[in-house]
Amino acid sequence: MSAMTTGPDAEYAAFLAEGRFRLQRAPDGSYVFYPRVAQPGTGAPLTWCDASGLGEVYATTVVRRRPPEPSYNVALIDLEEGVRMMSRVEGIPADAVRIGMKVEAKITSDGDGHAVIFEPAS
Amino acid sequence: MSRPDAFPRGAAAIVGAATSGLGSSPGFEASDLAARASVDALRQAGLTPADVDGLFFCHSTDTFGGLSFAQYLGIHPRIVENSRSGGSAFQGYVELAAQLLHAGVIGTALIAYGSNQASAAGRLQTTVQPMRYEAPYRPIQPISPYALAASRYMHLYGATREQLGEVAIAARSWACLNPEATRREPLTMDQYLAARLVSDPLGLLDCCLVSDGGAAIVMTRADRAPDFADRPVFVLGAASETSHRDIAWMPDLTRTAAIEAGRRAYGSAGLGPSDIDVVELYDAFTINTILFLEDLGFCPKGEGARFVEDGRIAVGGSLPVNTNGGGLSCAHPGMYGLYTIIEGVRQLRGEVGARQVAGAQTALAHGNGGVLSSQGVVILGVEETL
Repeated sequence: MSAMTTGPDAEYAAFLAEGRFRLQRAPDGSYVFYPRVAQPGTGAPLTWCDASGLGEVYATTVVRRRPPEPSYNVALIDLEEGVRMMSRVEGIPADAVRIGMKVEAKITSDGDGHAVIFEPAS
Repeated sequence: MSRPDAFPRGAAAIVGAATSGLGSSPGFEASDLAARASVDALRQAGLTPADVDGLFFCHSTDTFGGLSFAQYLGIHPRIVENSRSGGSAFQGYVELAAQLLHAGVIGTALIAYGSNQASAAGRLQTTVQPMRYEAPYRPIQPISPYALAASRYMHLYGATREQLGEVAIAARSWACLNPEATRREPLTMDQYLAARLVSDPLGLLDCCLVSDGGAAIVMTRADRAPDFADRPVFVLGAASETSHRDIAWMPDLTRTAAIEAGRRAYGSAGLGPSDIDVVELYDAFTINTILFLEDLGFCPKGEGARFVEDGRIAVGGSLPVNTNGGGLSCAHPGMYGLYTIIEGVRQLRGEVGARQVAGAQTALAHGNGGVLSSQGVVILGVEETL
């Protein structure tokens, strides 16, 4: 293995800061999320590729806050690449998010970093 | 290679089982509560802490909890096990203790737990680190992951809030018969449905209690058990399986690793679901009971929500489930797995009064850790089942 200069988390974050949502891909063509130094199961090396940003809601909940603090959505999104991630769906009311809904990724700045969120696919 | 017959069926027995301070115990440390239960469980067997050479203990916030508790008891155990897989850790401890007793590595195992989370913090105390790819989305831990599983289950199988409510109402019906239970007033469906939502579809009454409490069991080799107990309870099978830590990496949110743990535990015991008289499941949330009834074979996948209707798992129903009132209505001191084992033991010893399941000879005591992450199954039986 070549000398490691930057960890996979920092690489992922740096891509997001450039406005690029990228995933790691293994030699067998399968994708990996969260970023790792090796493929789960096989230990094979991973390379970065642009994500399609397309996905589908797998599970959804509304975290209820006491008003005036707004309630918000938390969802698991199955990406077209075959990996799942936690995120939220914005652009519609939190309780209008439905399992099976097609969504697309957007990069948002969440205070101290960037994060991938989703909106209903246009 | 692992061997399918590796668990020594009936080779170890539980000869003492006790709880302490369930509910609210202000002024007591977690170790005080664990020590009170430990001394009581050992006394049932005519033993004292000095007899313990295998200690199995975990603490909600003390990483070295096993060492701290050995020091508290004033013992020098040859085995200290304080690994933590969440609330299922205790099922794993029973499995390991049985193996170590069988192998002759230890002679007397003490498995103990204590928490003062209700009095000290008023909420779940944990040192679990937030997952960096989940934390930005602010799920409530651990409720939101279970809510996500419930959303998926309801989507796939058409389950309803009322069916989740049946689980809460059944647990409460048992708690009403348990003097040790925290919530002993009957629960109606209207009250259940009126409770505030916390993380949809789960509301306040879908969530376990936040309790103080201690618990302990004592295990010896089965051939020595008659020296220590009139009615020893034998470990017929025990198995565990872990599938993930964080909910986004659970392969299928409606199928837990209890399927595999249960399959192996039943295999060791030579029993199946229809042979189990008393079922004690880790009900941190109402959805758990439904998933685990399915995964442990009491009904087919997708039918659990219908299975619990009409009081089937409540007092007077055909399958006695969570006969102490469960984590939902008896107590939930942070990690609950040891309490399912103790309720199973008490049922098999025939000592639980109004909630006694008549003639119970076998019990299944299940543990769940993390967010449906780690699963443990222990199958217990009276002497006649050996």
